[in-house]
Amino acid sequence: MNVVTQEMEAEVSHIINSADSNQYLTFILGKEEYGIDILRVQEIKGWDAITTIPNTPEYIKGVINLRGTIVPIIDLREKLLLGNKSYGPTTVVIVLKVESEKGNRIVGIVVDAVSDVYSIGLNELKPAPDFGGAIGTEYVRGLATVEEKMVILLNIDELLNVGVLNAINSEVG
Amino acid sequence: MSIDLEQFHQAFFEESFEGLDEMENELLELDMGSADRESINTIFRAAHSIKGGSATFGFTDVAEFTHRMETLLDEMRDGRREATSEAVNLLLGSVDCLRDLLGAQRDNSEADKENVIGLQQQLDEMLSTGLDSVAQIEDSNAKTSKEKQHESSNCEEVEWLIQFHPHPHMLRTGNEPLRMFNELALLGELEVRVDSSKLPAFCDIAFDECYLSWELVLKGSIKREQITEIFEWVDDDCDLSIELKEAKTEVVPELVDEKEEALQSIKKPKERRTTPERRKSSSLSEASSIRVGIDKIDELVNLVSELVITQSMLSQTNEHDSGNQDKLLNGLAQLERNTRELQESVMRIRMLPISFAFNRFPRMVHDLTQKLDKKVELKMSGENTELDKTVMEKIGDPLVHLVRNSLDHGIETPEVRLQNGKPEVGVLHLNAYHQGGNIVIEISDDGAGLNSERIAAKAIAQGLIDENEVLTKEKIYELIFSAGFSTAETLSDVSGRGVGMDVVKRNIKDLGGSIEVTSEEGAGSTFTIRLPLTLAILDGQLIRVGDETYIIPLVSIEETFQVSYELINTIANGTELYRLRDEYIPIVRLYNIFNVIPEHTELTEGLLVVVESDGRKVGLFVDDLLGQQQVVIKGLEANFRRVEGVSGATILGDGTVSLILDIGGLIEFARNRQINAVA
Repeated sequence: MNVVTQEMEAEVSHIINSADSNQYLTFILGKEEYGIDILRVQEIKGWDAITTIPNTPEYIKGVINLRGTIVPIIDLREKLLLGNKSYGPTTVVIVLKVESEKGNRIVGIVVDAVSDVYSIGLNELKPAPDFGGAIGTEYVRGLATVEEKMVILLNIDELLNVGVLNAINSEVG
Repeated sequence: MSIDLEQFHQAFFEESFEGLDEMENELLELDMGSADRESINTIFRAAHSIKGGSATFGFTDVAEFTHRMETLLDEMRDGRREATSEAVNLLLGSVDCLRDLLGAQRDNSEADKENVIGLQQQLDEMLSTGLDSVAQIEDSNAKTSKEKQHESSNCEEVEWLIQFHPHPHMLRTGNEPLRMFNELALLGELEVRVDSSKLPAFCDIAFDECYLSWELVLKGSIKREQITEIFEWVDDDCDLSIELKEAKTEVVPELVDEKEEALQSIKKPKERRTTPERRKSSSLSEASSIRVGIDKIDELVNLVSELVITQSMLSQTNEHDSGNQDKLLNGLAQLERNTRELQESVMRIRMLPISFAFNRFPRMVHDLTQKLDKKVELKMSGENTELDKTVMEKIGDPLVHLVRNSLDHGIETPEVRLQNGKPEVGVLHLNAYHQGGNIVIEISDDGAGLNSERIAAKAIAQGLIDENEVLTKEKIYELIFSAGFSTAETLSDVSGRGVGMDVVKRNIKDLGGSIEVTSEEGAGSTFTIRLPLTLAILDGQLIRVGDETYIIPLVSIEETFQVSYELINTIANGTELYRLRDEYIPIVRLYNIFNVIPEHTELTEGLLVVVESDGRKVGLFVDDLLGQQQVVIKGLEANFRRVEGVSGATILGDGTVSLILDIGGLIEFARNRQINAVA
């Protein structure tokens, strides 16, 4: 009886806590760890053959067939100027739902490896210092420290809509 | 207790709009022949269900309006009133107005009030005129409703004193005094005094008895008939006296103006119908659903169950014995057939008969011929020819344009026709049929035809062609599709502004179709539109460049051959040309355009695919031809964006994605690149 009450209490407190905290899926790019809102992750799949799209920047790897839907694949490592890396067995594609004013898009990102899932409260987020670099602060939701490591939480909508798709539009003309 | 009625609104609106379409069609039929009782019945039933439904849902304005139409129709049904063209026109106007009212209810927007009131008055007036004798009907027919309207608005301003003493049982007959007073108030200024002296003590009140009586004063230019009309239903259930109180001779100017305005808005239904707001709402509601015949669904269910059977058959073959290859192959063949059939019937769900697009034309022709003072008979055939819903939606406007053109410029006025020895009534023929993978729509008229000399002269004047150019008739006819071209001598609001034919052609091209015109001077012209049955599937030629596979739409390929070295030429800026019989066509190296690593860079080692778009030809240099197959088109825009030179993508048999080339865009892209390279 007592145990049940304790369990329930734990669950309740968990629910209360989760109200102002989000779960993030983190992945590895080089030596850095990045996190994205787990609710946006549609699936994680291995690297597979891809169809290249002509006249697009290097970091647009091409499109794949995801059960009948044509999904573009973006190499986040190349987009963030972390250098090239040949794809290995741990290379994965995270398929994300990206929200934009034109509706939802399905976009895949190539990362070195998937790391973990963390629950991070809003109050644990620290703003990213504006210090230039390949990734503007507008694409970073905040920085968090998990187990003494820094995790960069990305604003995936902003990054993929403004930082990638709009950027190609202006580059191509 | 309370039921949420809103859940039924959607169904009510759909049914009502269908009913209105039906009414419209039947009314047009009436107009053409003698009054068929059965069709009047059909119209009446449609009006009746709209009235009932709208009253249930509390759309009182719709219900009241429909009630008037219903009364008029009821009189026609009983043979008390003849179905004159005047009445039919009024009813047609009312159908439009109802559509507006219902649309306003659906979208929570405002209907055109003035028009509603104006039409209501017209209906009331028609209802109040002659029921009793044929002479009176004929009298009212002699005048147009407009004249009558004038008469009534100019007639004397009077004050009617109405004593209305209902019998106690009146409410039980389903009559509601308030509603009648509302109707009276529409006629003019209404003052109501209630006499509640007969009201018993509260405990003695029977809820369904009427204890009240009223004295009403109605001011305005109103005829006695209009008032008696309103009380017609309660005549036996009340004591009624209607007296003229006093007469004023002055005409109230505002009132006339108001009525004039109402009339104006009735006279211009076309303008109202194309207000942007209205268009927006209708397109919104159309996109959402499609009605599918139950037989098509049954067929699908049947096919899917067969697919399941095949699947279980295949899995059994696998389990029990590994050696029985025949069985496996049989199963696979069956699976293939099933899949193909399934695909076909799924595609058929999107197909609708072209009558959905044709249906608007009887009304349009009816309205336009009246406006243009022409006599035209509309013939339609092949209305059951099916085509994709998306194609249908996009072909609607071009068709309207072509029909308007034929009516305005094609068919002559009755006098001219008689002079030229033709029957007075012109014929406009809409025809549709399937041919190969295409649907062909023909719009032909027996009018004046195209005047090739005048077109040529106009084209020279507008600088579209050179004065000394000698063109075949066909080439000259094609000029009417050039931007800004119009041969109409006078501009009318029907057509003739020279925007249009080029838009028509472009719209049809965008759908992957073509339009051509044949004509014989003095005998009429025919526009022939060819459209693909569906936009979702395309016949493609698979080609290979390096490791990439691309698809070229089969329709744009003219021919494919191996390059002969002697026929390659270059001009100063590095453009390579190939001499193909008596033509020089530019060579576009696809690997250059798409930045891929090819297998061959020597022209003689690969293949040249000659493709054509918009009259421009280029030779695409590719490594190899693979196979031909039907491919399902998928957009790249949904998750990515438009890519230059690519119209979409598809998924090949091995599950990989392949890009479909947009030949027009590709030629443009290659040309710009060449120009930039030189500059």
